[in-house]
Amino acid sequence: MNHFFSNIDWFDIWMATLDTLMMLGGSIIFTVLLGLPLGVLLFLTGPKQMYEQKGFYAALSLVVNVLRSLPFIILLIVMIPFTLMITGTSLGVAGAIPPLVAGATPFFARLVETALREVDKGIIEATQAMGASTQQIIFSALLPEARPGIIAAITVTAITLVSYTAMAGVVGAGGLGDLAIRYGYQRFQTDVMVVTVVLLLILVQILQSLGDRLVVHYSRK
Amino acid sequence: MIEFQRVHKAYKVGQREITALEPCNLQIEQGQIYGLIGHSGAGKSTLLRLINRLEEPSSGRILVDGEDVTALSPKGLRQFRQKLGMIFQHFNLLSSKTVADNVAMPLKLAGQLSSDQIKLRVAMLLDRVGLTDHANKYPAQLSGGQKQRVGIARALATSPKILLCDEATSALDPQTTAQVLQLLNELNRELNLTIVLITHEMDVIRRICDQVAVLDKGKVVEQGPVADVFLHPKHPTTQRFVFEAEQLDEEEMNSDFERVQGRIVRLTFQGDATYAPLLGHVARKTGVDYSILGGRIDHIRDTPYGQLTLSLVGGDADAAIAQLQSAQVTVEVLRG
Repeated sequence: MNHFFSNIDWFDIWMATLDTLMMLGGSIIFTVLLGLPLGVLLFLTGPKQMYEQKGFYAALSLVVNVLRSLPFIILLIVMIPFTLMITGTSLGVAGAIPPLVAGATPFFARLVETALREVDKGIIEATQAMGASTQQIIFSALLPEARPGIIAAITVTAITLVSYTAMAGVVGAGGLGDLAIRYGYQRFQTDVMVVTVVLLLILVQILQSLGDRLVVHYSRK
Repeated sequence: MIEFQRVHKAYKVGQREITALEPCNLQIEQGQIYGLIGHSGAGKSTLLRLINRLEEPSSGRILVDGEDVTALSPKGLRQFRQKLGMIFQHFNLLSSKTVADNVAMPLKLAGQLSSDQIKLRVAMLLDRVGLTDHANKYPAQLSGGQKQRVGIARALATSPKILLCDEATSALDPQTTAQVLQLLNELNRELNLTIVLITHEMDVIRRICDQVAVLDKGKVVEQGPVADVFLHPKHPTTQRFVFEAEQLDEEEMNSDFERVQGRIVRLTFQGDATYAPLLGHVARKTGVDYSILGGRIDHIRDTPYGQLTLSLVGGDADAAIAQLQSAQVTVEVLRG
């Protein structure tokens, strides 16, 4: 057993785990901050909704679809000049967050749009009949009613981001993915590979069960 | 008072224009319960939603207490809607909020009361609809009838003068329907609340409405006091609704007619005449014998009525009819 784990530097693993957690935390915050309004905008301007705008919705949809269909590994590289502009570096945790956010935001926005569409139209109508403004409809009715769906969307997005952070290791982002590639793959250190994979699995499991619990907690149906 | 002046509504579907509501005039007085009845797709739902402009009219004016609501600015419209209550077939309660929070919602949106005042008002409303014990439950934990009572409490939160009911009892069982109608009836009396309701059940109209308009294919085909429309329906659509409600069968009736002799008349009693021992009295005096072919006796809102179809044999039938008419009974001769 000791022989199998001979290549492992637990301090490196610990630092890489922290990097992954930081990338995940930072990118999920920005993804939600940008993706939630974008999802609401997609919903409101969508077909047969309150502010139906065919042209605008089609254009926005196209942008979202293009970003979503772009392989993340390509996005990582294409984004480098832009990342340099924002963070001053394309390396490390700070360099990874912009491409992570750019990759996850369109995905998350679509999930938010879907969650909002699940809200009973009658509830929107009832809120309108009360004399609510658009802002009040969004914050007093739409978002509270869609809360379980939005939490589920955040969970799915967070898990997607875990795999994205691993990929970001390729362009020098650090984290568990980076460790797996540099040691596990390029230096044939299978034990490092196993440990990083197990840690990533544990992280995904924690995220999923946390998300599921919150969804159940906020579901009143 | 709500007044429709040549209100018309059409939708554009592609190139074609589809008329949802042909130009119509209606007048709904303060304190009335006004029923709109029609089959699905008849335009009743559109008509109701024009009042609070959930639907925009294509032309015409809608006046509420003299104010032209079709001319309101977006802000004016929001303020106007705050003075109107609305309840729905599927209740449309927010599943994420408790019963108390649902009822408080219109008050919070209006933003005129402090949170203490809102609490007080909500407690009062829940007490009125008998749901005080359920204040902290979520809608999913309630029965259909309870949900609709939450809907009513919510609709009345801002003390509106007008309540719009969109098929409010259509999703409820008969017993619960009766309770909800009873509550609406009481609220109409207590608060002098104008209620506009739409339904596809004549029975709902009969039980609580003062006035009714019958809609068919986007057109108001008959309107007037419920007693008139219900007891003497003129338009085929209205007749069908009444027949359905009373479980009458026209063909069966006609085959009954063929089996009896003499004149056939339909008598309609309303109000006090319903209780008078009139038939036997007239029969004895004029020597007319009668047999009852069909009949219904019930209430229209609170007014009792009876409608009997009789065949009259022998004696002085003309005198009998004259005597009945002088006793406030409406006599229609179905076969001379």
